[in-house]
Formats: sequence, C-alpha cells, structure tokens
Amino acid sequence: MSVRCREVDVAVVGAGPAGLAAAAAAAEAGRRVLVIDQSPRAGGQIWRHRDEGSLGRVPRALLARVASAGVTVLTGTTVVDAVSPRQLLVEGVDGVEVIDTTALVLATGARERFLPFPGWTLPGVAGVGGLQALLKGGTSFRGKRVVLAGTGPLLVAVAAALADAGARLVLVAEQAPWRRVTGFALHAFTNAGRLRDALRYRWAFARTPYVTDAWVTAADGDTRLRDVEVRTSRGTRTVDCDWLGCAAGLVPTIELAQLLGCTVERDRVRVDSMQSTSVTGVWAAGECTGVKGDAAALAEGEIAGRAAAGDTPGATSAALVRARDDGRLLGARIDAAFSLRAELLNLAAPDTIICRCEDVRRDAIDPAWTPRQAKLWTRVGMGACQGAVCGPACSALFGWAANTVRAPLGAPSCGAWQAALTPPALPGPPSPVRQAPEVDPHQGPAD
Amino acid sequence: MIGSPDVIVIGSGVVGAMCAMQLAESGLAVTVVEEGFGGGGSTGAAMGHIVVMDDSAAQRDLAAHSRARWGEILPTLPVDPSYDQCGTMWLAADDEELAIAGARAAAYTAAGVGAEVIDAHSLAALEPALRPGLAGALLVPGDGVCYPPAAARGLLMRAQAAGATLLQGTAASITTGRVVMADGSKLHAGAIVIAAGIGSNRLIPALPIVPRKGHLIITNRRPGMVRHQLVELGYLASAHGMGAASVAFNVQPRPGGQLLVGSSRELVGFDASINRELCGRMLTRAISMLPDLAAAAVWRTWTGFRPATPDSLPLIGKWLPVDGVWIAAGHEGLGITMAPGTADMIVASIMGTPAPLDIAPFDPCRAMPAHEAFA
Amino acid sequence: MTGVVSIVIDGTTREVAAGVTVAAALLDHGVMAFRRDLHDAPRAPLCGMGSCMECRVTIDGRAERRACLVVVVDGMRIETAG
Repeated sequence: MSVRCREVDVAVVGAGPAGLAAAAAAAEAGRRVLVIDQSPRAGGQIWRHRDEGSLGRVPRALLARVASAGVTVLTGTTVVDAVSPRQLLVEGVDGVEVIDTTALVLATGARERFLPFPGWTLPGVAGVGGLQALLKGGTSFRGKRVVLAGTGPLLVAVAAALADAGARLVLVAEQAPWRRVTGFALHAFTNAGRLRDALRYRWAFARTPYVTDAWVTAADGDTRLRDVEVRTSRGTRTVDCDWLGCAAGLVPTIELAQLLGCTVERDRVRVDSMQSTSVTGVWAAGECTGVKGDAAALAEGEIAGRAAAGDTPGATSAALVRARDDGRLLGARIDAAFSLRAELLNLAAPDTIICRCEDVRRDAIDPAWTPRQAKLWTRVGMGACQGAVCGPACSALFGWAANTVRAPLGAPSCGAWQAALTPPALPGPPSPVRQAPEVDPHQGPAD
Repeated sequence: MIGSPDVIVIGSGVVGAMCAMQLAESGLAVTVVEEGFGGGGSTGAAMGHIVVMDDSAAQRDLAAHSRARWGEILPTLPVDPSYDQCGTMWLAADDEELAIAGARAAAYTAAGVGAEVIDAHSLAALEPALRPGLAGALLVPGDGVCYPPAAARGLLMRAQAAGATLLQGTAASITTGRVVMADGSKLHAGAIVIAAGIGSNRLIPALPIVPRKGHLIITNRRPGMVRHQLVELGYLASAHGMGAASVAFNVQPRPGGQLLVGSSRELVGFDASINRELCGRMLTRAISMLPDLAAAAVWRTWTGFRPATPDSLPLIGKWLPVDGVWIAAGHEGLGITMAPGTADMIVASIMGTPAPLDIAPFDPCRAMPAHEAFA
Repeated sequence: MTGVVSIVIDGTTREVAAGVTVAAALLDHGVMAFRRDLHDAPRAPLCGMGSCMECRVTIDGRAERRACLVVVVDGMRIETAG
C-alpha cells in the first residue's frame, strides 16, 4: 500500500462548527489548512446534510468562507494515529496518508451517552441524535411511529425534525422534571434566536405528547422493535412503535486528545483562554472541551484557529469571548437542568447486554472490580467500538474513569497502519535488505 | 484475620493461581497475596499459546507435561477459558528450514510429542491464506490456545473453592515463615511461594529476572482465515540476542475469529508504551506471510512484560538462601504453557512427594550465564 | 441532490435516491439486520454517526464498513446479515 504525504500549517480534526470555524480563521490568516472528518460531508453532526441547499444561513456562510479561504477538506477520512502533535496518520477509502503539520486543532465533537436497558440492542432502537443522523443521511421516517426518550434541547430539536419529515411522534419523553425544564427554558428564551428556535420546534410537534419526568424502561420485539415500556409519573405503560430514539445526553469525544497526552478533566479536554490544550501545538474547540452548543463552538473554533495560525492572545475579539462564555454558561445550565435521574442507572436487568460489541451481560460484571479487571475478565469494552458506547455507560453505572487510549484509533486496516508506520512514510531505521528471521534463538513465541 | 496458613502464595497470575489451586486441592491451607487481580499482570497481556517448545530437553519435557495437564484442567474450570486445540504450524520458508522441521519432528516424536512434517501442497490446503512459496511446515497438533486472564481467574476460583483465601495487598518483604505487607501487617506460614513474575525480584533481588517487553495486535473477526497458530520456523538462523529489539511472525486465531498478531521482544525496562516502529515491523512481517491480513482491522494493541531469565528456563523450586521459600517465576513467554508442571513440582517439593518431572534444571539457585541485562 | 442510483443489496438490485447513506438505503429497503451479534441476534444502527460500529456491512467486497459513513454510489454492492 502506498502512502501519500501531505504538509500543512494547521490540521483540524473534525468538520463541525468548531472545526470549520477554526479552519476558516487559520486559512484567512494565510496558513495552509487541512480539515479531516470521517463523515462523507463537512458539517459535523449538527449540520449533517445531503445537499447544501437544506442548510441554514450560518452553516452555508461558513462553508462558503472555508471554501474561499482555500481550506482543503478531507471527508470520509479517519484519524487513526497521532505519532506526535505534528504528525497524523489518516485512512480513507483510497488508502492512508501521513499529515505533517505545524499546529493541530482538535474539534472532535461529542457523541451520545447510551445507558443500557432491556431490549436496547434490538434493531429499531437508536439514539436521539442517532435518529436525526439517520434522517439527515436520507432515511425515510414518513408515517413511522417514533418514540423519543432523552434529555435536553437535542430531544426537542430531533422531535421537530422528525415531525417535519412526516414521522408520527407517538411520545417524546424528557427524563428531567418539569420544573427544571421550564426553569431552563425561561433562561434560554431570553435569547431571541433561541426563542425563535424553540417556538419553531414546539410548533413542529405541537400535537405530540411531550412528557417530562418520563423515560423508557424497556424495549421489546423479536427481530426488531415492536413496543417500548415508558415510565411516567402516572405509572408504566406500553407504547407500540417502529422506532425508538433514546439517549442520555452527550459526552465529549476525547480519544485523540488522550492519545496525544492532552490533560483531560471531567472527561473533557482542558483548554486555556486561547483554547490551547496542555500539549504544545495542540488546540481544542467545541464539544470535545465540554458540551455547550454550536454558537459557542463557532466562537471557540474561531479563537483556536487564530491561535493555531500564530495570532497573539490580544487579538481575540471581545465578541468572540462573549459568545464563548455565553455558550459555556448555556452548557452549564443544560448540565444542571438535565442532569440524569438515578433511575436511568438501574434499568439494565442481569441479562441485559452492557457491551454491545462483545455481548457482555450486566451480571458478568462485578461493580467492585476495577475497569481493567472487568475488561480482562469479561472482555467488556474490548470489541469493535473499543468502549465508545459502553465506556460512558460503565462510567455512569460503575463510576469507571474514561478509557485509556493506545494507538491506533478508529480500527484502521492492518495494511494502512503498517504502511504508515513503515519507512519512508515514517522516518525510522532502514528496513533490512533481506528479511532475516528476527526471532531470538532462545525464545519461542510469546504465550 | 488471616490465621497461619500452611502456604502463602505471592502472586496470582496463571503460575501463582495454578500453584494455589494445586496446593489447596492437596489439602494445604493456602493464602494468596495479590496486589491487583488474578491474571492482571503478564498473564493478562499474554497470547495464551499452549505450546511445546524444544530449545532444550528440560523445556520440552516441562512444556509437554504441562500441556497434557492443561488438557485435564481447562475443561474443569468454572469460567470458560476459550480453549481451542488448534495446533501449532511452524512455517518453513525454504528447503533448509524444512530440513530443520524434519529434525524437530523426529525429536518431538522421540520425546512422545506428536508432530509431523507438512509439505508445501498440504500446507496450502490447510492454511490457504498463507503466501505461496513456503516450503512446508512442522505441525504440532496437540498445541492449543486459551484466554489467559480467564484461565487465571478460573484457577483462582477453584483454589478458593478448595479453601484458599485471597488477600488483596502488596507483599513488601519476606523472611523465613513471614511476609510483611506494604501496610505493615504480617502474615505467617510454614511455606512461602513467590510467583510474582516480573515483580518477584522486588522481594528477592538476587533472582535473575528482567522484564522482556512484547507487543500484541488484535484484529476484528476474520473467522476461518487462519486455522492453526502460525509461527515462523526460521528463528534458528537468527543472530538476535538479548540486546536488540526483534520481531517474529506469530499469528493466532482466537476461538471467536479474531487474529492475534505477534510478536516483539525488547529490553526497555518497564516502559509500557506502544513502539510504533516495532508494530510496523510486526505487521510488515505478518502481512508478508498472510497477505489478506492487510484488510483486517486493528482493534487494539497492548504491551506486556515477560519475566525473562538468562538461560530462558524458569526458576522453580526451593530458594536455599531463605529457608521455607519457594520460587515459581521467570517463565518468560511460556508461563501459560508451563504453569501446570510448575505447580506440580512446587507441590511435590513442599509436600515431600515424588515430582512428575526432574526439578533440577529449574533450580532457582543454579549457575547461569552472565548477561548485562541482568546486572 | 436529485436523481436515483442503482445498488445491489444482498444480491437484489434496488433503486435509491442519490446522495443517501448506505444505512439510509438499507433501512428504506427494510433491512434491519445489518450485522449479527455473537449469539446471532440482528443488530442495526444505534448512533448513526460512526462510533457505535453496529451498522457494519460489506460494501464492494470490503468487510465491516460503517454504513452510516458511506454514501451510495451507482453499482455499489452491499452485503448485510439480513
């Protein structure tokens, strides 16, 4: 496998709002900028789209800015290793590339937190954002009976999008109490833009039963979802549906930052006022530094992009700092208003699968074990997703710390990682001319 | 409170757990001291290849005896150790290596270990994913693979079922009849077995054990691609010694279909970080032998430390400088394989019963070649 | 994005809207078993964004590709566990 090499001034990982803003800002400062994203199109989760015409004003303007600033956008491409902050290995469908860069901006976003409940592995059970992503990817939900169960503003936004797409929303269950939700709404609606969003969303699913203090306790079906059991203040009832979108908030995606050795606090990348991480030459922006929404992500990206391009600290505008701080405040309010209720941590039955990749059941794991002990003894978190799903679940259920991370990331092919790690792609000792056997004569295979 | 057990076993990797189980099932009161969890050290990083090696007669006899004993023990464990008697295929690149395969087959057969030479045609039929052009192989069908942390856990559970007590903590020092724990508490026993692998010389600094680091790479599930544990036979021509980092082709089909890709050897102390250059060399070698491996996905990598000795034989038996102390450590890459025979010899030595094997070659006080790594 | 492309799902030719993901194409054609777990139970997309690995299918002969991250292309061949 041949390895392409590319040299840039600023590499940005993630093409959501933060990453695109960082890329535009750095490119406008005259830097050669590359953005890498594993999705087929730029935009991240919030701006996931099939055609640009469907996007709103802000994302279209930013994508135009990125294009006119001469940013190279590499979609369908996964960062599989970071040899150093200055050297990334990326794999796309066409092969592997080594990216040499002077500065690195991490804008790796967030993913949903899934808490296991009986039946959650059935086809037809997806995330809240998961359903939105499938919808934006072109899945038809017209006429489909959908139950949404989750928390926070994303729940409302996804309900609106599904309603717009012709889905029959049977129930939208918000796990937080009514008092907290209204309290949050009063704060959020002081912002005119958000008020408009909220009204639009509420209008879109005006005839949908939106219930607070409600959550899904189980899903049932044979080879696919048939019905869900919903717990509300009035008791438990069974609701027939075709799809369930169910999640428990968002968690920052921090594996690449961890691999680079960036300091992580409360499962988010720690940054200073210039979005600089603890590792020299690495900045971070957006949800990977804490979930706070797209407005703050844009501001953080802008700040990080300018800093990565070499701007001095004083160059950060007050407006950007204000937008960022507003967003952080919003994030903190969301965390407080939509904190997870304890009942969600006790939904899994003894035979409920915790690790969906290795099919590890709840009763196989003793909560008294250390994470490593549980992993080695049960193989929880050892499968294809490498704990992306069950890691946050086990953190919530058992208090485990975030997964440790080792190269490579994102399950590259053996051939791609091998090619990227082999001279001349990576400098190292020259390959032996003859493939001399390298085993020690006194040593057998490792057992 | 821990009373005064007959034996304290320090360490519950596969060797310590096996010793604890055999001692407890022999009727002795056993306390196991473990600072982490059973199988969490070198055992947890190991490949789980149960293989008869024949670098020396002593090694071969211990491995062969142990392999047979595993056949009895593994089916009785209370947790599934994922055992698969897949056999080992030692690959010969050319006619010179095939001649070596023939000599080794004869030696195995003479020692009562089943082995046969496979020609190029049969090899291609048995392992169609291997590159063309190999001369043949030595097949040792009685070898197998298991999942080591589960095996250690199962052994510990059986030891506990036989009355053994598990004590969580770190042993700080030992003298005759006494173990002082890191928290200052003291344990007393007639016999102390040190089975702490690479940590053993923390307790007895004179033990010649160094950590020999290895890397492993595990792929996604590729069921049927590889059927035997595949190892290159070409190691006899190698000039690599204790000093240089080296890699070898070694691929194991896990019972679930994943491929475990080895192997590397380095002396870098206790630095557990991933050495990408070595991973690259391991994969280069593995893909050159198994071209289809290039398309398999790397799910995870890790490193571990083999407890290596200067003469590559484990340290098993009485430690004469301190009365009442036995050693069961230093198995390097063969700890999983050799655990049963090691425990058999420890039990016999402590109880004064006949051992199934000659323990002399493993005497922990034996003279060994000097090597700077062990200075 | 307008137009239609032909893809082959488990041996049957299907028409799908251009620009959709493989996951969307499969779901719209009733596929609910993208892969099977270790006990042969069907699995389908969970996260929709490339992190859960539940939507792995074989695309154009390449195993374990994430259907949610790949856009359909005319002539694409997809094999599922359905």
